[in-house]
Amino acid sequence: MTADSSTTTTPAEPSGVAPAVSVRGVYKVFGPKPGEAVRRLQAGATRDEVKSLGTAAVIDASFDVAPGEIFVVMGLSGSGKSTLIRMLNGLWAPSAGDVLLGDANLAKVDGKQLRALRRSRVSMVFQHFALLPHRTVLDNAAYPLEIQGIGRSERQEKAREALELVGLGGWADSLPSQLSGGMRQRVGLARALAADTDVLLMDEAFSALDPLIRSEMQEQLLELQEKLGKTIVFITHDLNEAMHLGDRIAVMRDGRIVQIGTAEQILSDPANDYVEKFVADVDRSRVLTASSVMQRPRVTVTISGGPRLAAREMREAEVSGAYVVDRKRTLKGLVRADDAVRAAKEGVEKLEGVVDPDVTAVHRDTPLAELFAPAAESAVPLAVVDDEGRLVGVVPRVTLLEAMVPADNGDAAADAGTGIPAPADDEPAGTTEGASA
Amino acid sequence: MIAAATDTGTLVPRINVGDWVDTFIDWMTDTFDPFFDAVKTFFESIYDGLAWALSTPPFFVVALVLAALAFWVRGWKLGVGTLLGFVLIAGMDQWDNAMESLALVIVASVVALLLGIPLGIWAARNEHVSRVVRPILDFMQTMPAFVYLIPTVVIFLTGPVPGIIATVVFAIAPGVRFTELGIRQVDGEVVEAGRAFGSTDRRILRQIQIPLAMPTIMAGINQVIMLALSMVVISGMVGAGGLGDDVVAALQRVDVALGFEAGLAVVILAIFLDRVTSALADRAPVAKALKATR
Repeated sequence: MTADSSTTTTPAEPSGVAPAVSVRGVYKVFGPKPGEAVRRLQAGATRDEVKSLGTAAVIDASFDVAPGEIFVVMGLSGSGKSTLIRMLNGLWAPSAGDVLLGDANLAKVDGKQLRALRRSRVSMVFQHFALLPHRTVLDNAAYPLEIQGIGRSERQEKAREALELVGLGGWADSLPSQLSGGMRQRVGLARALAADTDVLLMDEAFSALDPLIRSEMQEQLLELQEKLGKTIVFITHDLNEAMHLGDRIAVMRDGRIVQIGTAEQILSDPANDYVEKFVADVDRSRVLTASSVMQRPRVTVTISGGPRLAAREMREAEVSGAYVVDRKRTLKGLVRADDAVRAAKEGVEKLEGVVDPDVTAVHRDTPLAELFAPAAESAVPLAVVDDEGRLVGVVPRVTLLEAMVPADNGDAAADAGTGIPAPADDEPAGTTEGASA
Repeated sequence: MIAAATDTGTLVPRINVGDWVDTFIDWMTDTFDPFFDAVKTFFESIYDGLAWALSTPPFFVVALVLAALAFWVRGWKLGVGTLLGFVLIAGMDQWDNAMESLALVIVASVVALLLGIPLGIWAARNEHVSRVVRPILDFMQTMPAFVYLIPTVVIFLTGPVPGIIATVVFAIAPGVRFTELGIRQVDGEVVEAGRAFGSTDRRILRQIQIPLAMPTIMAGINQVIMLALSMVVISGMVGAGGLGDDVVAALQRVDVALGFEAGLAVVILAIFLDRVTSALADRAPVAKALKATR
């Protein structure tokens, strides 16, 4: 429990724009004496010490969510994440602290104003879809608009648009019970989108779906987000989902937020043992990208340099091959040391003839999971390129394997790695930066 | 030992619960006489009107209308069955009695539901109400049915009204219970969705809780009607009229033939009412929507 002293609620990253959602020192205690429990917690009592006064579901939560951001709250069941998200639209009132939706403080509004805020500012997607079984898909999607008091034809039109967005245009007249789980949740999503609020709360929205459908829905959400730019607060117990979707992630444990950061920050720099243990199980290959594990090539050869220069540089760097770039560092291909030497002996002036243009290059944002197949086929470290096709780094196979092992086991793995002699061709393609400048 | 157990008088003084209730009822009769008169007139006129409407037309017109209702809610089998059943009732010379009983059941059930369903809704939304209502319902359901007849006779004398009142008291419990249960069973997440999109509590009740609880509420309505029918027969003891009168008369005269004919008419009415109300339950939008699943 003393480990909790390292628990820091990092304030949100500073940004110029006003936050869409702002949570300030929020507590939620269920039980007979919430006020007293909050006072003791604020004075430093632990969750167990205030048990007799009530169950502390959320303790001192503070964070800002920027407009257009996907903010994921991640934690196991009982960590308080569901309670936290329900305070963002006033389904629960905080025991202490402030919840701001834009300029409106949910802690300070009456019932009528709260309902008005829910209609205009914030909508929600539920774990088990929460559709009205006796209404058609269209009428379900139109439900928030109905509550907003919008006329029948207008709300049906808007609901239809929302259904088109989620790819259910043809199902408007079906009943929810006629749809599969994934489709039902799309209706739930369409309903939230039809409400046309800036903030979207998603409570374990994909957790009830089977894995294939779930990742399909994740992709669809990201696609929609690209188009719509909503502010999304997403609750999940699945770290892989959190890391895949979240611009930033808050990790919750026993009611407290133990770390807020990007997926890579949390993975590479866990705030405490708990987070570290938690992320040990994460599928690192889906979170880490090529750019986070790539190295500088030991040698690159400029295409204008000629075979003789290329051969000399490779000999000096003791590699058997090197990537060839032009003056802008655009990747042109691969040259092998023996080819370059042979061309130099034969007096070939231009390097073009000996360059093998058929190389596998991966984009810098490619997840590691997608690097294994090309890495296995490639005799040389994988080339990593940016949007313009410029060579930004290489990923040797050994590095790729090392990256898959969590930090605390890293040393052992590295030792084992050096013990295995790498195949000769796997060493190569490195070089001096000099060649490119 | 046996003697000691029987002779409780030495251990426990006589507790005159019966006298107290009797005094209470007397006091009520004296104090609220004008009110009870008004109640009596009110129920009597409704019952008379309904009984008149059911027994004045030729029997085959009413039988055809009821058969058509059965056909409409369920299908041709129930329609034909209903027609045959009512023809049999008429053939046994129990037609007028059956229509009187039907009128009693309808009036008592409607009153029981008008009181019971709102009470059930209230109990579902308020823990205190629920805690008070539950033991009262237990009491009302387990008290031997004809005990209710005694005070109602004291207050309303004989005739259909004490029968109706006793029937309402006896039959109201499932109306309250099933309504409370149905509303409590509505998926909390769906109610939460209503709130999350800014709906008022009243609107959530109307658009979410009642429609989703409807299949359960309908089962309660079915129970209320069946209990009402059984009580209507018992209330023949206070001369409420209908099939109950013949059943009681047959009992007193040990007339097997008459008793069986009146009893069979009750069974036919019961089957008709049960099938029609459960068919109506299946027609609730939520029940239909769930049936659409394949």
